[in-house]
Amino acid sequence: MKPFQRFLDEQRDGVWRYLVAAVGRQDADDLFQETFMAAMRAYPREPIANERAWALTIAHRKALDHHRARARRPVPVQDVPEVGVVDGHRVLEEPTWAQVRALPPKQRAAVLLRFAGDLAHAEVAAALGISEEAARRNVHEGLRKLRAEEAALR
Amino acid sequence: MTEPLAPPPFDPEAAAAAAERFAAAAEPDVAYALHDTPVGRVVLAATRRGLVRVAYEDFNGGEDEVVDDLARRVSPRVLRAPARLDEVRRELDEFFAGERRAFDVALDWSLVQGFGRKVLQATARIPFGETGSYASVAAGAGSPKAVRAAGTALGRNPMPIVVPCHRVLRSGGALGGYTGGVQRKVTLLTVEGVLPA
Repeated sequence: MKPFQRFLDEQRDGVWRYLVAAVGRQDADDLFQETFMAAMRAYPREPIANERAWALTIAHRKALDHHRARARRPVPVQDVPEVGVVDGHRVLEEPTWAQVRALPPKQRAAVLLRFAGDLAHAEVAAALGISEEAARRNVHEGLRKLRAEEAALR
Repeated sequence: MTEPLAPPPFDPEAAAAAAERFAAAAEPDVAYALHDTPVGRVVLAATRRGLVRVAYEDFNGGEDEVVDDLARRVSPRVLRAPARLDEVRRELDEFFAGERRAFDVALDWSLVQGFGRKVLQATARIPFGETGSYASVAAGAGSPKAVRAAGTALGRNPMPIVVPCHRVLRSGGALGGYTGGVQRKVTLLTVEGVLPA
């Protein structure tokens, strides 16, 4: 297996992007640390076939733990809009990702891995331990729900 | 077809900073750093046991090849974590400034086995400012006749400068070879006052 430093350099941006979408900017940093700590513990001597999917699967599990822990804590009624930076301008984070985080767990996981993680349906399926068909269905259902919410807001 | 969802917001600097924080907090099997010295830039690497590698960057294929080799021969859990090499960096700076005659950092000999290790350990016993011969380190390793094998072991020293293979000269006083190029051997012997400045 390649040196862990190179794995970190290659997977850093993708994992960061995924976690910001999955848990928001505020908690992404802690989960980034946890994700790579877990990855280094599990890092094998033999090559990993799909390093990106492997890294995102670990990030997904950390996000899942995070969501479960949050579900047990009281949640503020209204989330403060998060601020991001795009092309040097401070902008409100796409409200869509906050809405994705509010989806039911299976749909949330599938939509995040597909679009924030940029994994193919087969890779999403492998990460979640479900069939490719189920992964497609969860992505589809999640998107349908997001579109319905968007339509209701207009 | 447009993507159903815009990509999440991304801040490359924040991602880079998070990766640095991770490397500083993690406990890799091998930590490494680059360090500039009067004999060129070196890659320094340490395990939990101690310093395991000093590699002349221009002579060993550069940072990537040195780190690849460590991943293969020691452990793939390798991270760039300069703070973990602070002690050896300080000692190297002091050595080149003429303020240090011996290195105190712990050594991890795991990259060299058998007779080669004995030769290099005999080499490590040659004091600052003095020199030995290929025959004397072969004898120090317990095989006075294995002069050629001793030369091979010195050529494969995984920790040059710190394990002072530059102090080993050809009998008769000729400088002999050096893994990083003979000019480096000259500079190191000059630092130690063996050769005139």
